Amino acid sequence: METINYQNFRIEAENICVDYNGRVALYDANLRLKPGQICGLVGMNGAGKTTFFNALTGFVNISKGKIRINGESVRAAQKDQTIAYVPQNEGIDSQFPISVWDVVMMGRYGSMNIFRCPRESDVQAVKDAIERVDLTDHLSTPIGNLSGGQRKRTFLARAIAQRASILLLDEPFAGVDIRTEKLISELFIQFKNEGKTILLSTHDMIHVREFCDLVLLINKTVVAYGETSEVFTPENITTTFGGISPDFLFGPES
Amino acid sequence: MELCSFLTLDSFITDPLTHDFMRKALLMSSLVAAVCGFLSSYLTLKGWALMGDAVSHSVMPGVVVAYALGLPFSLGAFIFGVGSVALIGFIKQKSRVKEDTVIGLVFTGFFALGIVLVSKIKSNIDLHSILFGSPLGISLSDVKQTIFISLLVVILLSIFRKDLMLYCFDPRHAKTVGINVFFLHYLLLTCLSLAAVVGLQSVGIILVVAMLITPGATAYLLTDKFDNMTVISVLSAIISSLIGIYVSFWFDLETGGSIVLAQTFIFLFAFLFAPRYGIFKLKKLFAGYK
Repeated sequence: METINYQNFRIEAENICVDYNGRVALYDANLRLKPGQICGLVGMNGAGKTTFFNALTGFVNISKGKIRINGESVRAAQKDQTIAYVPQNEGIDSQFPISVWDVVMMGRYGSMNIFRCPRESDVQAVKDAIERVDLTDHLSTPIGNLSGGQRKRTFLARAIAQRASILLLDEPFAGVDIRTEKLISELFIQFKNEGKTILLSTHDMIHVREFCDLVLLINKTVVAYGETSEVFTPENITTTFGGISPDFLFGPES
Repeated sequence: MELCSFLTLDSFITDPLTHDFMRKALLMSSLVAAVCGFLSSYLTLKGWALMGDAVSHSVMPGVVVAYALGLPFSLGAFIFGVGSVALIGFIKQKSRVKEDTVIGLVFTGFFALGIVLVSKIKSNIDLHSILFGSPLGISLSDVKQTIFISLLVVILLSIFRKDLMLYCFDPRHAKTVGINVFFLHYLLLTCLSLAAVVGLQSVGIILVVAMLITPGATAYLLTDKFDNMTVISVLSAIISSLIGIYVSFWFDLETGGSIVLAQTFIFLFAFLFAPRYGIFKLKKLFAGYK
């Protein structure tokens, strides 16, 4: 951690706007994240969480504003394999005829030649990544035969194999078992120590308190942003969720 | 007289081979089937069945215009195939009409234009062979074009095999790691147009979509590995073509229809008896697994 230069931001988003054919999905959003920071992205469905991710990965174009990834353009970040995106389980076709090994190998595609022939180093990276998420027994299992948690770990392994310095995780804890949840939280600590930056969206308020140094509350634009302890207040959460009381959101058990 | 001559399986298979047009039809249809079968894996996984239907119908006016102008029919078909997709995208973006509606109205519009053109342009175009295919009456220049286009599609699909798989599976990841998703999208569309062009000679415009989706759907029921899916898809497409042509020869049936019907039967067989995903496996799954 000491070796990391805190002058440099991993993610710098300034006043970004995204609209889909005139329908505004996100406006004037700002975010700055340093190496080793974990930030929670919290908002309602349709508040622009996925749009925010899409803007950072370059999957949608921003209509206004500026994004810098490690000081470079999004395009350069794509070429450098800087960002890894871990989709939510609903976001992928679980019936696609593909094995765990092949999914994780896709993390290496960006740095391979045009035929995507794995080199020795790619094979090793994939092996190591699969080992870190504890799926070595499932190398050739089709993803359709995995549990929700195992599938989530497969995509985490893909991000690890990619050796990205920024991880974007869409609902990493949704629909996973206890074992996976524990493994993910251990990985988060390792990632943090490796100086990776993590931005994760979640509906679960408890996870925000548990893992996130920072929190970004959004509702089409930034409602509040800062240290979790300061920003993650019932008032801010209520504003983010359009007036719904946080008691309702947290559930009775918290 | 024909009925007597295929008393043995041997003569059933070898007799048609004595005819030059049959040898050509069997070879060309197998080639076309292989190309369509290869592409079929991608289209079924991407969920582009309706798109395949749209493109294959939309090539109609292109074929007619190209014939009238003395151009290679594949060129005209290709332009209208890709053009229809561009138009679908444009209308979808600029209006509130839903995508499947836009697809439906664009391709029927193109198709209707083709039919009107055929009736107006005086030429030796045989509407029947465009609509229903004519693998038995394929000309030498058509053979050359078909071989060229087929090789082109196979080479393109082979080079970008893995990228296209990734594009179908998770385009967001592809984009994130710097893979040109825009290029892959249009590559797949280009291959679709080209495959529709060669496929329509075998089974005609109306049924060519079957060549583009049925083999992939059959293979999807039989395997959980993408590479195996491609192989099974290609094989089932070739076998259907051969069966279709033989059956149509002996029983004097419409060839295109016979080929597609053979594909449908193979699909039904997989649907019922696939070891893992067939109907008759489902019961076991319910009883034992869950």
